Amino acid sequence: MTNLNVQLPGLNLKNPIMPASGCFGFGKEYSQLYDLSALGAIMIKATTVETRLGNPTPRVAETASGMLNAIGLQNPGLQKVLGEELPRLEQYDVPIIANVAGTTTEDYVEVAKAISESPNVHALEINISCPNVKQGGITFGTDPDIARELTRAVKDVSSVPVYIKLSPNVTDIVSIAKAVEEGGADGITMINTLLGMRLDAKTGRPVIANITGGLSGPAVKPVALRMVYEVRKQTDLPIIGMGGVADVNDVIDFLSAGANAVAVGTANFVNPFVCPEIIGQLPERLHELGYESIEELVGRSHRL
Amino acid sequence: MIKQERMVVTNQQEIAHHIFELTVQGGLTGEMKAPGQFVHVRVADSFEPLLRRPISVASIDFESNQFTMIYRAEGRGTTLLSEKKAGDTVDILGPLGNGFPVEQAKQKAYLIGGGIGVPPLYELAKELNAKGIETVHILGFESKGAVFYEDKFRALGDTHIATVDGSHGTQGFVTHILNELPKDFDTYYSCGPTPMLEAVQWAYPEKQGFLSYEQRMGCGIGACFACVCRTTKSETDYIKVCSDGPVFPAGVVIS
Ligand SMILES: Cc1cc2nc3c(=O)[nH]c(=O)nc-3n(C[C@H](O)[C@H](O)[C@H](O)COP(=O)(O)OP(=O)(O)OC[C@H]3O[C@@H](n4cnc5c(N)ncnc54)[C@H](O)[C@@H]3O)c2cc1C
Ligand SMILES: Cc1cc2nc3c(=O)[nH]c(=O)nc-3n(C[C@H](O)[C@H](O)[C@H](O)COP(=O)(O)O)c2cc1C
Ligand code: FES
Repeated sequence: MTNLNVQLPGLNLKNPIMPASGCFGFGKEYSQLYDLSALGAIMIKATTVETRLGNPTPRVAETASGMLNAIGLQNPGLQKVLGEELPRLEQYDVPIIANVAGTTTEDYVEVAKAISESPNVHALEINISCPNVKQGGITFGTDPDIARELTRAVKDVSSVPVYIKLSPNVTDIVSIAKAVEEGGADGITMINTLLGMRLDAKTGRPVIANITGGLSGPAVKPVALRMVYEVRKQTDLPIIGMGGVADVNDVIDFLSAGANAVAVGTANFVNPFVCPEIIGQLPERLHELGYESIEELVGRSHRL
Repeated sequence: MIKQERMVVTNQQEIAHHIFELTVQGGLTGEMKAPGQFVHVRVADSFEPLLRRPISVASIDFESNQFTMIYRAEGRGTTLLSEKKAGDTVDILGPLGNGFPVEQAKQKAYLIGGGIGVPPLYELAKELNAKGIETVHILGFESKGAVFYEDKFRALGDTHIATVDGSHGTQGFVTHILNELPKDFDTYYSCGPTPMLEAVQWAYPEKQGFLSYEQRMGCGIGACFACVCRTTKSETDYIKVCSDGPVFPAGVVIS
């Protein structure tokens, strides 16, 4: 029997596949399509202290094998997430990873402390990498010193393990990874979207109202894979890899490059059943490659 | 229930300039609840182009398990879709959203459509007529070459056509026709470009109306927050066109 089980800080995953934050809401819509208990975990939409309305529309634009988004962290706010969204997810046998965002360190600390006390939140994912908000977000993720301090502050108050979500919009992603490790991070999730833009061919006007947006989907996979590979060379922290994953072979690639588990984002929009489909295909694919467990495969590209 | 199904194309033809009528068959049809719902169509099996395209349901035939879409082949995705032939399959997610409330009309309804907003009004007209409601159709198009389904609408009720260039029917927009028509109806239903929906609401502030909105979409099912609009109902909230709409009562959406 192939073993899909993966043990990470705070997370006992029955398989290494989970939907990425912002691409699955709080699970409600997809729960009408399949049993969420099939998933390894769920990364819920970014939560901030207050209700966020997000950016004006258009918020999405299609690009070559990818898409841009500038949602702007729209979410119902901490109290509603605690009171409605998380309790509704308790009916499923699946650990929740809560994505935490904010404008100031105090914001992150407030959300992290409160949300980490929810019974089904098994880990936090600190979003220091959102390219679509004017303040906060990405600025925390592009300076190693600020990233280290924020990690410390969140670690101090969280009652569950803390994963830091890295931005690819940096010159040296390894230095940020090392910094959050020094700050006490229990793990890393990577990558968030790549900042980009698209123009209307007729008018020259940006298609996204926010002017720029974050690129995701198959187009970003080579960048994401390279970054996971580089970070894995320099740290033993667990990594949840993502960026352009759309099928079982993409998952194998991320595991090979050193990710311990894999998140699927944009592909959910193309095929809403992509996560359970990949989970179903993983045992056979592993077997074909000559592996009996996920753990054996992780990081194989570094051992060649 | 929302289903994802590889549906079989039973017919596709160009019925006006760049306007295609596509009929598909499969069990998903049986899930449809109301005219004005839409489906999310995957136009290619590759990841290029990546996103699904939202297209309204234009008519439903529950007996043969088929439904028809009418769309303009304009960009990359819809052009690829227009190349599908009978016997091909197409990946469809649906039915999505909430349609037009047929039960709200009492005796007489105005159905006001513009361009690619006209298609969902056809199934609506069929269902209203089946309930004994008189329907009047006011439809706007770019030019004569872009007009479709005129005869089919005429078979169901009084039908008025406007074209922007005046090559067919009244020259101008649907609002030019509305100004000339009596206000002896109880309910209006409308689908088309947002400026048209605005003008229609302005024309009938005292009537009960239902409007179908368009917005760029990601997931199509309510999970990604791509397709939001501001609402008059609350200052601190948005509504999602895909799952709260696409049809809203007049006066709810701030566009
Ligand atoms: C609820 C709903 C129902 C619709 N029903 C119909 C219909 O019955 N018939 C019809 O012809 N058209 C309909 N449309 C518009 C249709 O979705 C767009 O014309 C189509 O997506 C354009 O795709 P493309 O490949 O031609 O263009 P591209 O330029 O290649 O599209 C690029 C991206 O922009 C999106 N996009 C472009 N134009 C629109 C638009 N007007 N609305 C939403 N997204 C857009 C596409 O979905 C795609 O993600 C509907 C839209 C919505 C939201
Ligand atoms: C519409 C959309 C919304 C997103 N929202 C969030 C978010 O709230 N928090 C976050 O950390 N990442 C967010 N992301 C980034 C994804 O979680 C993921 O890191 C990125 O899209 C790369 O993966 P993919 O190519 O599989 O989509 C969002 C992405 C998309 C496309
Ligand atoms: S398209 Fe994703 S919420 Fe409407």
